Amino acid sequence: MTSSLATVSYIGATILFILSLGGLAHPESARRGNLFGIVGMTIAVLATVLGPQVTSAGIPWIIGALAVGGAIGLIAAKKVQMTQMPELVALMHSLVGLAACLVGFASYVDTSAVFPTAAEKAIHEVEIYVGIFIGAVTFSGSLIAFGKLSGKIGGKPLLLPARHMLNLIGLVLVILLGNWFLNTHSTGVGMALLLVMTVIALAFGVHMVMAIGGADMPVVVSMLNSYSGWAAAATGFMLSNDLLIVVGALVGSSGAILSYIMCRAMNRNFISVIAGGFGSGGGTPSAAGAAEPEGEVTPISAEETAELLRDAKNVVIVPGYGMAVAQAQHVVCEIVKILRDKGVIVRFAIHPVAGRMPGHMNVLLAEAKVPYDIVLEMDEINADFPDTDVAIVIGANDIVNPAAQEDPGSPIAGMPVLEVWKARTSIVMKRSMASGYAGVDNPLFYKENNRMLFGDARKMLDEVLGALSA
Amino acid sequence: MIEGFAALYIFMLAGFVGYEVIARVPVILHTPLMSGSNFVHGIVVVGAMVALGGADSGLEQLIGFVGVALAAGNAVGGYVVTERMLEMFKSSKG
Repeated sequence: MTSSLATVSYIGATILFILSLGGLAHPESARRGNLFGIVGMTIAVLATVLGPQVTSAGIPWIIGALAVGGAIGLIAAKKVQMTQMPELVALMHSLVGLAACLVGFASYVDTSAVFPTAAEKAIHEVEIYVGIFIGAVTFSGSLIAFGKLSGKIGGKPLLLPARHMLNLIGLVLVILLGNWFLNTHSTGVGMALLLVMTVIALAFGVHMVMAIGGADMPVVVSMLNSYSGWAAAATGFMLSNDLLIVVGALVGSSGAILSYIMCRAMNRNFISVIAGGFGSGGGTPSAAGAAEPEGEVTPISAEETAELLRDAKNVVIVPGYGMAVAQAQHVVCEIVKILRDKGVIVRFAIHPVAGRMPGHMNVLLAEAKVPYDIVLEMDEINADFPDTDVAIVIGANDIVNPAAQEDPGSPIAGMPVLEVWKARTSIVMKRSMASGYAGVDNPLFYKENNRMLFGDARKMLDEVLGALSA
Repeated sequence: MIEGFAALYIFMLAGFVGYEVIARVPVILHTPLMSGSNFVHGIVVVGAMVALGGADSGLEQLIGFVGVALAAGNAVGGYVVTERMLEMFKSSKG
């Protein structure tokens, strides 16, 4: 294959990738989009294998590596459960980061590249340096995110003393080493410097994600998505490969937008999320005039809940991470089916940061075969709560906390929340009175029209379902 | 293939295209978007293949091999998982 034919194939693949992401604008076109994606990927792989940059001696190795990696990816993707999706995505980001890192090293030890001028050599070395740095941060950061999301590492933020200082020192070191790296002529020294920088970058990634609390995980996952895009773009610059540059930039900016949307949904700015520390419970519990919630909570039984639901005309269900943990989405779907058959209007209200990654709840509900047109976003449904008879909150806490609106001293003040307390009756399903991920007390539980249904979400919903179908 | 500043221009423009495309994706599809874009940046496989295919030392070959395997795992896994998810989204109209 000539290099111009390879270029044309790359352009085709680029267009297909853009169409692939564009298809996600609607559920109906989404699968077609995914198909475009795989066609684009196949074209890109074939064009590269048959293209001028790959020697015929390398082809068997490439096929071998593709087969090994592809098989592992296939098995992992088939086995994973929908509730584990956030972990899987984080793990896959770390793979991209590591791959980008490795490409950087390979590109450095590659002796076949000849540069006519010193300036071109310097540019190439900067690209390698930056590429490895981004790749390493993505790799270690994503691994930690994976650990946190899968519960292998505690969700509490790790706050080292002087952590901002540590980050700053790391960054300065990386820049100084980079300067040294550009000025050395020995490949041996250069390699050593690259390795030291990689270690610092890895530590930086670990430290950054360790400092971020569980409630901010959705932002972190999409931020790492963005990083791995930039890492891919950096390898594109290294290898002067326009396909990689374009696709890397596409994904990089998509991750950045998602992070931004998440931050806006929490009414926090991006820097403060990344700087970490939120969700520690250490947020000074609202200083002057601290509004300690007053009153008593009113418990309710599963049978009474079923009765309330049966008499309701309009029901809104607010799912949270607790529903995912309890794997309760299928029972919820059964209940919804019965209620809808009785003519009750049932809808779901999804807060933008419910769950542990963007859109997490929507996927779980889709898995349980809940039609997506009764699953609404916060802005679409918040005004309807006053006309709602029963609002059920399943395993969510901070996203329905009225303190965000009523108590300016609250750590989550100003965060947009679902106004379930405006419904005639709200029912909160919870295992205990423990506070949510953000460690903030929730005055909703003490409201007069609120009922608490204590217990494991799945077990309680099973009982509600039993009472409903009886 | 392309040099210097042309690459930067392409990079910048692609960033804007990404912004326009992604801003239109509804919240309900954000998880498939994450795994879909994950799949798409399995494209780093191309970079790893260039490194492996042009390898002229054992070290380069080893690094390249691992790189290709990781990226391929990412691409295949990302695609299959996205497909699995998208299959599930059904409207009540059937």
